[in-house]
Order: sequence, then C-alpha cells, then structure tokens
Amino acid sequence: MIRVILPAHLRTLGRVGSEVTLEVKAFTIGGVLDALEERYPTLQGAIRDHVTLRRRPFVRYFACEQDLSHEPLDFPLPGPVVSGAEPFLIVGAIAGGC
Amino acid sequence: MSKVRVLVGTRKGAFVLTSDGKREKWDVSGPHFAGWEIYHLKGSPADPDRLYASQSSGWFGQQIQRSKDGGATWEPVGNKFVYDGVPGTHQWYDGTPHPWEFKRVWHLEPSLSDPDKVYAGVEDAALFESTDAGQTWNELSELRGHGTGPQWTPGAGGMCLHTIVIDPSNPRRMYIAISAAGAFRTDDAGKSWRPINHGLHSQHIPDPDAEVGHCVHRIAMHGSRPGTLFMQKHWDVMRSDNAGDSWQEVSGNLPTDFGFVIDVHAHEPETIYVVPIKSDSEHFPMDGKLSVYRSRSGGNQWEALTKGLPQKDCYVNVLRDAMAVDSLEKCGVYFGTTGGQVYASADSGDNWAPIVHDLPPVLSVEVQTLA
Repeated sequence: MIRVILPAHLRTLGRVGSEVTLEVKAFTIGGVLDALEERYPTLQGAIRDHVTLRRRPFVRYFACEQDLSHEPLDFPLPGPVVSGAEPFLIVGAIAGGC
Repeated sequence: MSKVRVLVGTRKGAFVLTSDGKREKWDVSGPHFAGWEIYHLKGSPADPDRLYASQSSGWFGQQIQRSKDGGATWEPVGNKFVYDGVPGTHQWYDGTPHPWEFKRVWHLEPSLSDPDKVYAGVEDAALFESTDAGQTWNELSELRGHGTGPQWTPGAGGMCLHTIVIDPSNPRRMYIAISAAGAFRTDDAGKSWRPINHGLHSQHIPDPDAEVGHCVHRIAMHGSRPGTLFMQKHWDVMRSDNAGDSWQEVSGNLPTDFGFVIDVHAHEPETIYVVPIKSDSEHFPMDGKLSVYRSRSGGNQWEALTKGLPQKDCYVNVLRDAMAVDSLEKCGVYFGTTGGQVYASADSGDNWAPIVHDLPPVLSVEVQTLA
C-alpha cells in the first residue's frame, strides 16, 4: 500500500483525511496519480491536466526528502515509499498571490 | 412569505445571504469553498434550489460545484473543459498568434427551463454547455470557429467570455460578450454566431466599423423586451433596440461612462443602473464617492443614488458580474465591491445599506427571489 499525503484544499475537495492509502498498479509517480484519481475522481484535473497529464505548475511531488516534481510519470518510487515506510507527498507550492 | 437569496462569489470563497421579503435582516452562510476563488455562482430559474458555482485556484485549477438544496450542501461535478478539435490561435497582446488555453470559468448561466442544462463562459474565450447538470461539458465551438476568432485579443483581465444572456421568448437566441472581442449573437442555439458590434466605437480601434475588438464589460436585458439590450462597454453606456444589430450611446449626463456593471429594474424595462468608475487606469469611483446611477428613460438622463453609500474616501471597484436585482414588488438592487461590501436597496435604489462589510473582494452577485 502506498501512503499519500495531500494538501489541505485537495483533502477538502476529495473528502479525505490527512493521509490516503492506495493500491497501485505500478510503483511509479504515474501509478500513484492514476490510482489516486481513480479512487477520488473529484481530484482529476486538480493535480495534473486532464488531457496532457502535465503537473499543474504550482503542484509539487516529494518523497524521502527528494523533489520528484520534474521526474517523468514512469519514474520509480523510492523504496521506502513502496514499502509504506514513507509517504508520497503532493504539495501546493509555496507561492505568493492575493 | 417571499424570501431573497443573494449568492456572492469572492476571491476567497462563496457566501449565501438570505432574508425575508423585507430585506432588513440577513443571515450569512459561508465561506463555502474557503480559500478558493469563486468567480460566479447562480441558481436555476427552473429549480431555485439547484445552484452552480465556479470554483478555481491558481494551484489546483477549475472545479464546478453543484447544490441541490439552495447552497446548504455542495458536490463537485465535472471540471473537464476541453476545446473542441484543434484549438487554434487568437491574437496575443503583441499581435502574434497565441494558442487557446483554458484558464477558468468566469460565468455560469443555467437554462431558463431545464435545471440540468447550464452554459459556462470561460477564459480563454469559449462557450461550453452541459446537459447533465454539470457532469460533462462540451464546447459550442461554432462561436470560436465562426471566422473572427483568430482576431480576438485579451483585455486586461484576460480573454474571458463573461456574459451570457438567454432570450426568454426564444431560447434558441442567446447573446454572449467577450473582453476584448465584443458581443455576439446566435439565433439557432449556438449552431452559428455573428458579431453584433455595429455602432460601438473604441478609441484604440481606428476602424469605426471594426467587426470585433471592442471591450464589452456587461450586457443586460429585461425579459419583457428581449430585443432591447443595455451594455456597459469599457467606456460608453450603450443600448440596442434591435437585438444588437446596432447600438446607440446613452451615456448622457453620467460623470464618467467607464464602468463594469449594468442591470435593469425587474418591473420597469426602461429603468437601468450603472456604477460609474473614474477611468480605465483608476478603477474606483469619482472623488471617492460611491454612487449608483439610475436612468428611468433607458439611458441619457441619469440620477445619482447615494443615500446610504459612502460619500467620502471610498476607493473600491464594482466588477462586471457584481450587480443583480430581485423581483419583489419593490425591486431590490444589490451590488458587491472589491472592498468586500455587499450593498442592498429594497426600494429600487433610493436608499442603500450594506448587508455585509468585510467579505473578501467580491467578484459576483446574483439574486434569487423565492416564493
């Protein structure tokens, strides 16, 4: 099981708690996102574009103190994430605005 | 007893304000979708408890929310807005072609007769339709494809389709407006469109007969006279008595004819309201005095309505979707400001009072009159 932590706005939108556990078909970044969006369809389009599947500019992916935001969707998850020891974090980028 | 529900979209959430027909005491519910921008929310005329809201965020994109109980509870519905076919290009600020890119929904317009049917006006400018209560969206792409699309350019706020007006006597006829392309009309439920900008004059457009390029801010119609339209353009207040085929200026004695909102009295089709704003570079009222202007003659002769509105040190703006009227016997008029106030008048604008003072900047105001 993969543990995923979502930012506050997406927890509200998906009506989920602080941590989500997912069974994934592939132990990759794309595998996590596919499983997350399949289980919580209201998150489709909020993390990545519906069509291009490109990450939204102010969303970032982290795991094991590594920034995985720029890695491709088939990038393998770190071992501790696969084992469930560490979560995969989806983070709203720290950005300004009003 | 009659009841009024005011739907307020703000930079940081939605608020639902309710009162009885006296419109003196108000209950405030919200923020709904706290922290998200709510560009617009509106109820279905066919089922007033059916509401639709446009929720967006620079981080997490566009969501559409639907309520079946008048805003007490909400559920997210479809948010997949994909342009039909190859999107093509419009004109960028520097004159170069720029690909169409979806950014957000500015305006939601429910059908007059079917609660499950709703239109969405989006940025970059396009019109979408849902016939399943917001679950799926399809572009009415004939609007962008009718010929002038590649010439459209963004206004300062982006290239947004912000106004959708449905003719109550002929639901196949609909008007939309785009900043800064202009106004367009369909007479066949969106299968074909044509620009309706004859008579509009804009200083930045050297061609007096330019088909598109006008920065229309808002169009209003009275249901009993669907052929008469009133427009607040970037500068100039205009009217048309032939369904937009031609326009005449009716700014008359307004102190400035720049502004964003325009609306029509619920029972008097020649009584209209605007909020003059100093200029396109100074988005606040003249001399720090917030005033609604009313014309009872369909334009040209205007009177300032100031009782209950701040007449000193007021430098707020009133955005294009932020004015609405109720349909009680004494027509109520409402507007919201970028300072977070929502003002209401229960007597057609003669007297005003704030319903709320300190909301986030108000983006839109809609009103439902409930039996």
